[in-house]
This record gives sequence, structure tokens and C-alpha cells, in this order.
Amino acid sequence: MSRIEGVLKSLKGQGRKALIPFITAGDPSPDQTVDLLHTLVEAGADIIELGVPFSDPMADGPVIQAACERALVHGTSLRQVLGMVRTFRETNTTTPIVLMGYLNPMEAMGTAVFADLAAESGVDGVLTVDLPPEEADEVAPLLTARNLDAIFLLAPTTSDERIRAISQHSSGYVYYVSFKGVTGASNINVEEVAGKVRHIHELTALPVAVGFGIRDAGTAAAVGRVSDGVIVGSVLVNTIAQHQTDPAQLKRALTDLLHPMREALDGLSS
Amino acid sequence: MSIKLTDEMLSMLPDTRGHFGDYGGRFVSETLFDSLETLEREYLRLKKDPQFQAQFDKDLADYVGRPSPLYFAERLTKVVGGAQIWLKREDLNHTGAHKINNTIGQALLANFLGKKRVIAETGAGQHGVATATVCARLGLECHVFMGAEDVKRQSLNVFRMKLLGAQVHAVTSGTRTLKDAMNDAMRDWVTNVDDTFYIIGTVAGPHPYPLLVRDFQAVIGRETREQSLHQAGKLPDALVACVGGGSNAIGMFYPFLTDESVQLYGVEAGGLGIETGQHAAPLSAGRPGVLHGNRTYLMEDENGQISGTHSVSAGLDYPGVGPEHSWLKDIGRANYVSVTDEEALDGFRKLTRIEGIMPALETAHAVAYAMKLAAGMGPDEVVVINVSGRGDKDIHTVAQMDGIEL
Repeated sequence: MSRIEGVLKSLKGQGRKALIPFITAGDPSPDQTVDLLHTLVEAGADIIELGVPFSDPMADGPVIQAACERALVHGTSLRQVLGMVRTFRETNTTTPIVLMGYLNPMEAMGTAVFADLAAESGVDGVLTVDLPPEEADEVAPLLTARNLDAIFLLAPTTSDERIRAISQHSSGYVYYVSFKGVTGASNINVEEVAGKVRHIHELTALPVAVGFGIRDAGTAAAVGRVSDGVIVGSVLVNTIAQHQTDPAQLKRALTDLLHPMREALDGLSS
Repeated sequence: MSIKLTDEMLSMLPDTRGHFGDYGGRFVSETLFDSLETLEREYLRLKKDPQFQAQFDKDLADYVGRPSPLYFAERLTKVVGGAQIWLKREDLNHTGAHKINNTIGQALLANFLGKKRVIAETGAGQHGVATATVCARLGLECHVFMGAEDVKRQSLNVFRMKLLGAQVHAVTSGTRTLKDAMNDAMRDWVTNVDDTFYIIGTVAGPHPYPLLVRDFQAVIGRETREQSLHQAGKLPDALVACVGGGSNAIGMFYPFLTDESVQLYGVEAGGLGIETGQHAAPLSAGRPGVLHGNRTYLMEDENGQISGTHSVSAGLDYPGVGPEHSWLKDIGRANYVSVTDEEALDGFRKLTRIEGIMPALETAHAVAYAMKLAAGMGPDEVVVINVSGRGDKDIHTVAQMDGIEL
């Protein structure tokens, strides 16, 4: 059983929902990332999605795009990101880390080399935004062979046939993109999401985590009610942007954001 | 090492997943998948629909003004002193460039699919103008994304688009050029995917765009083939076209791919010189990677981050290239070369002063290379330059490089 599967199973056993924060590695600077990962765990994270910065993040809105630019100013490379995970693992062996990014940096490293290094560094899953299963026949088996979960996206526009096919290629969980748009937009319609996630649950046994548009305890609880986990990204990244010059203040601000979400999610099970 | 291409081989490309050999494909986030599948299905149906093709041909004739002439550049030929130089005059099309061939076709598709809102990316502004034009004609809402840097250097085209009723969005992220405009167009599309048709301007992007843009532009090569046989009495010995994304080049090359005797030359932007790194020549100096929905040759650093590019010509200032060109390079069917900014400006001046034809700075790259090529060939040989666009839009840039304030 992978670390991701283990965490999600255990949460399910307790009737709890996963809180999955996202930050971009190297933002605001590479030497702060490992510290921030620990902060996220202390604030209640069950799994962390760690963004690999890319120069052209087409699926992301201005907030995460700016985070990529901040990280790239410091030259944050995929190799460095893997080093950050390795350092994090020296003191945390329980919180799964999912790398989320675009295909080109992985291809530039060499997909087999990447898969080897990711597994060695203690990465648990890989979500490549611009790699649909149709194009993943080279990468996905490399991940699976190293016990890394290949996580794919589902969208409001995904047909039933594709939901089934994508779920078959996925392990760990599937990531449901809650609306048509880029990260950081705010057009989430909770009722629509609820209907669609219920439908996805009928088509796959995999846990469903929902991302895009979750920004506070209210949206987290509403989405958590129908899914297995919620992914929180832009609102955290925005906080990083606001407090980039004051690390202590930044940690407090991230904690203040995540705490109410954690409580709201745990409130669902009682 | 070159292989002999046959019609049967070409009919299999791209494959059902949009691949030209190792290149192409559909590398997009999941939300866009459904729209791309619908577009592919509808396009493949309409491609065989005589009514759609008849409408396309009629628009090309009556609205664009096709066929464009093939013109023997007699004086340039004499000055260069080698092969005969012929010009395929895409600059004479309505709106002044080859771009309109494609926007006519895609706007027809948008109409058939019932989409009322159109978006496009643009570099030099030629594709933006061509898109704004067909949207005005069909009464479609039009949004054009353009890098803030390009908005500055192509102010004339920005105003043309606005006059045509389009909204121009200046893109301030990244390098503020064509690649960033394409990122923002993709972001708009993913947000408004239900009612929006994305008219991509070049033979790049996710499948089926490289296929359908090539099909719409192939009219250039089909006409050239016929005109050359009729006017020059033979097939051309060499075709020369500039390559940014590569739509005018693929349009010219495609109908000649099985004619082994015809040499194909794609001319990339060498900028300040390949050795300086300040250029936009992925086929000459890049390596394969994935950007904007397709696998192709890219300019990137050792960590897979896309590099900033440089070219005097905004239309060539792009770090990628159409996947079919990447394939043609690898199989050795086409030659990809580059010329510098300075050489391109020399080509611009020569064609202007010797033939009275002012080419776009993009086209000037092809002119510069063709002069070198023709000089080493015999007087019975025929070189055709694809004059992809006219140069009015670039007058400010040329003046500036001469230190003249207009």
C-alpha cells in the first residue's frame, strides 16, 4: 500500500476528510520550502501537493504563475525540488508528498531518471497537469514500477467513458477540477461540484479530492461533505506572496488560514 | 538521412492521436480534452463535406483574392546571378499575409460548431488582424491576446484590430511575447470553453490544430505547384519559407513532400546569431520537449524551463515550432537554416529596392536565405520564396534600427 493510499484509508476509517494544501517549491525562496512543508503539516495537512515551478504554467492563474516566477528567479530546478523532499523526509516519514507540475521539466531531466530520483527522495505521487493518460504510456509505468502514484485530473467536461478510463490509469486518488477555468478563479458552484463528485464516486472506487476555488472554511466544508479531500492552493500561495519578506509572519498566516479549514472538515465527521 | 515519402505514408499522418512520428500529440489539461475531441471529430467530418470545402474555396477566391500570383523576380535574379527567383505573393492577400487563409477556414468551423465568441493569440499582429477581420465579417465577438512587448512594437496592427472591433488584451506575464500570449489564450479558453472557439494562428498547439491549420494553408503550395509548372515550365527546385510556428512554410511545403526533386528550406530567426543564444531557432539549436499542447523542438534551458527568444521580427519570436516541421527535420525531408536580424534587414532592403516589394520582416528571413541559396545554383533552376506577408507593419522597426524617428 502506498503512503497516499494508507493515509486516505485511515482517514476514511475515522470518517475524516483529507486536507491537501498546495504550495510552489522555491516560493518565496528555495531555503524556506522545507520549513513551510513542516508548517503545513503542523497546521493540519494530511497530504501536500508541492508545485514544481515552470516558466509557462498554462493551466494556472496569475497567483500561481507569479509563484513560479518567484521560484524561478532563484533558479529553482526539479532536481532541487527533489532535494527539498529528501530533506523533509529526514524528519517526516508519514505525510505524503505529491509533486504537481508540467511535463517539460521532467522530460528535460529524463523521465526514468526523474522517476528514480523521485522515489529515492521520498515523493509519493506525481500529477502532471499537461499529461493526459493518452500521452502517459511512457511515464505512468515508470512511476508505477517505483510505487509512485500517478494522479490524473478529471474536469467538469470529462465524459463518463473518460472518467472510467482515467480512473483505471490512476492510483492514490483522482483530482477533480471543480470548474472550467484556471487555478485561483472563484467561480466554484458547490452544488454542481457535489452532483459531479457523487457521479464520479459511482464510476470509480478511488478516493476523489477536489481542487480549484477552495479558499476558506466554508468552501472547504461544503466540498469536503461530498468528497474525500479538498485541495487548497491559490489562497495559500497568495498569502506567501503577501508575507514573502517575513518568514515568521508567513508561517503564522498560513497556519491561521489552514486551521479553520481543518476544524471545518473535522466538524463534518462529528 | 532522407526517406522517400509517399502519398500513402502522408495519409497516415498525423496518426489518430495527432502524432507526426515522435512529435505533436495532445498535451493539455483535462478540461480542454472534450473540446479538442469535438473539434477533431467535426473537422474530419467537414473536411470531406463538399459544401464546407466549396464555401472555403469561394471565400478564398472572393474575399481573400486567391489565387495569389507567382511572380518572376527578374531583376533580383539578375542581381543575385544564379537560379531564377520566383515569389509566391501571399502579401497580396486581403489583410496582407498568408494568415487569412487559416482564419477563414477556422471561422467557418466556428460557425458550423455554433460558437459565437472567438479568441486568438498573436505575435506580430498579422494573425490577430486576420482573426479580427473574419470575426467582423461573420459578426463574432473577438478577443486577441498579445504580449505587451509586441503591443509596443506593433502598434499599427493593434489599432487595426481595434478598428475591426476586436478587444486586444496585452499580456504582461513571462517574456511578454507570443508564447505568453498563447498561455493566456489557453487560460481564457479553459475558462470559456463552452461558447468559445480558439483560432490558433500557426501549425502548433494540441491536435487537431497542426493538422487543420496545415490543411487550410496548403492552398499556398497547391497553387505554387500548378503555377510553377505552367509559368516556369517545371516544378521548383527549391522552396524557401520563414519558420516561426511554421504555418506559411508547411502550407508551401506540404503539397511538394512527395516530389523528391524539390528541396525544402525553412528559415528560422537567427537573431543576434545562433552562437549568442539570442535567437528564435528551435530547429537549428533546440531540442525536443513539450509546450503548448504538443511535443516539438523547443528552446529551453537544461532544467526544462522555456527560454526567452530574440528576433527583430515579432512573428518569429517563439520558442517552439509546429510538430510536423520537427518530424520533417528528423526524417531529413526539409532543411532548417537560420539567418540573423542583420541579414534579414538586408533581405528586406534588397527586395524593396530591387523589386519594389516590401516584405514583412518575417518574410525577409526567407528572402535573405534564398539569395544566398540561388547564388550557388544554375540559371535553369527555380527557387520559389514564399512572400508570407507585406512589410508595412514593420516600417517603424526598420526606421528605428536606422535611427530614424517617424
